[in-house]
Amino acid sequence: MVEFALPKNSKITGGKTWPKPPGATELREFKVYRWNPDDGKNPSVDTYYIDTNDCGPMVLDGLIWIKNHIDPSLTFRRSCREGVCGSCAMNIDGQNTLACTKSMHDVKDGAVKINPLPHQPVVKDLVPDLTNFYAQYASVEPWLKTTSPTPQKEWRQSHEDREKLDGLYECILCACCSTSCPSYWWNSERYLGPAALLQANRWVSDSRDEATGERLDNLEDPFRLYRCHTIMNCAKACPKGLNPAEAIAELKLKMVERQI
Amino acid sequence: MSFDESHGSPKRPSMRTPLGRVRNLGAAHSGTSDFWRQRITGVAMTLLMIPALVIIMMLLGRNQVYAAQTLSSIPVAVILLLFIFASAWHMKIGMQVVIEDYVHNEKLKLTAIMLNNFFSVAVALASTYAILKLSSGV
Repeated sequence: MVEFALPKNSKITGGKTWPKPPGATELREFKVYRWNPDDGKNPSVDTYYIDTNDCGPMVLDGLIWIKNHIDPSLTFRRSCREGVCGSCAMNIDGQNTLACTKSMHDVKDGAVKINPLPHQPVVKDLVPDLTNFYAQYASVEPWLKTTSPTPQKEWRQSHEDREKLDGLYECILCACCSTSCPSYWWNSERYLGPAALLQANRWVSDSRDEATGERLDNLEDPFRLYRCHTIMNCAKACPKGLNPAEAIAELKLKMVERQI
Repeated sequence: MSFDESHGSPKRPSMRTPLGRVRNLGAAHSGTSDFWRQRITGVAMTLLMIPALVIIMMLLGRNQVYAAQTLSSIPVAVILLLFIFASAWHMKIGMQVVIEDYVHNEKLKLTAIMLNNFFSVAVALASTYAILKLSSGV
C-alpha cells in the first residue's frame, strides 16, 4: 500500500540551534533539514541565524553563508547560481524550487524552512539521490533518432516546427516537478514523472525525429504515462515557468489521435 | 552513492541497473482506450445528468404503477439505461485508477481490480434489469 507516514528511520527528531553570529544587526532564521549517513541517527532540523547584511539575497547565498561561517558540514548541491544547472533544487518554504533563484525575502513568515526534494532517498542533508529520476530520463532516449541517410549539412527544420519545441527544450532537469507530484511519490518506480514525460514530448514533437511512433509505443502504458492525473503541482513548481502537465496532455492527445 | 546506501526509501534489494529497473517489463501498449473511454463516459454522463435527474424527480414519492407507466416510454427508458451504462463504466475505470495508484501489493491489487469489475458489472446489470422490468410492465 501507499505510505502515508515516513519510514521509521526518516522521522525527524530534534535538531540543534546554532548560536547567532556575534555583532550581526539583521538576522534571518534558517531551519535546515540535516541527515548524516555515518552517524546512524534520524534526520533533524537545525536552526541557523544568518547575517543578512553580510550575505546575498538568495536562499542559496544563505546556505553558502552558513557553510562558510557557521557549519562547514552542511551539505547541498550547487553550481551555476543562476537557474541554469538545476543542481540546487530543494524544498523551500514548502515549495520545490531552485535555491539560487529564490529570494529569502520572498519567504514572508518566520524562518526560511529548507528540506531536500520530497519523497526521494537522501544521500546527505539536502542532497537527494536522483538515480531513478535520471534513469527515467535516459529511458525516453533523449536524442535525435533517424533512419534516413544523414544529410551533408544539418537536419533542417522550419521556423514553425522549431517553435513547437518552445516550452519544452528549456527544461533543466532539476526534478522540482517530478518530486512535487503525488502520483510520482506513490508510483515513482513505474510512472515516468512530469520531467521525463516533458522531455519525451520534446522529442515526440521534434519534426526532425523519425521515431515518433516508436517513442509513443514506449510511453503507452497505464503507469508510465497515464499515472498523470493533472494535479498540476508540476506546473506550479517548475522554476523555469514550464508546464509539464500540458506536455503530458499533448502526449495523451497524440496517443488518442493515432487510434481514432 | 547507490540506492542501497541512502535512507528514506522502503526497499533496496535489487542489484539491477537503474535503467533496467525503469524499463522493467516494458510498456504495456495499452491505457489509451481506458483514458479515452473515461472521457467519453464523462461527457455522456454530463449530457445525460439533467434528463436523468428530471426523470428521477418525476418518480419521487410516486407508486410503482406510475413508475412503470413513466418508464414504458422508450426515450425515458433509453436515457436511464444510457446513464446507468455510462456511470457504471466510468465508475469501473475510475476505481481501477485509484486501486492502481494506492495498492502496491500485486495479489491485493489484482483481487481488488477483479472485485471492482464484478461490482461494476453487477450494479450495471441489476439496474438494467430493474429498468427493463418496469418499462416492459412485467
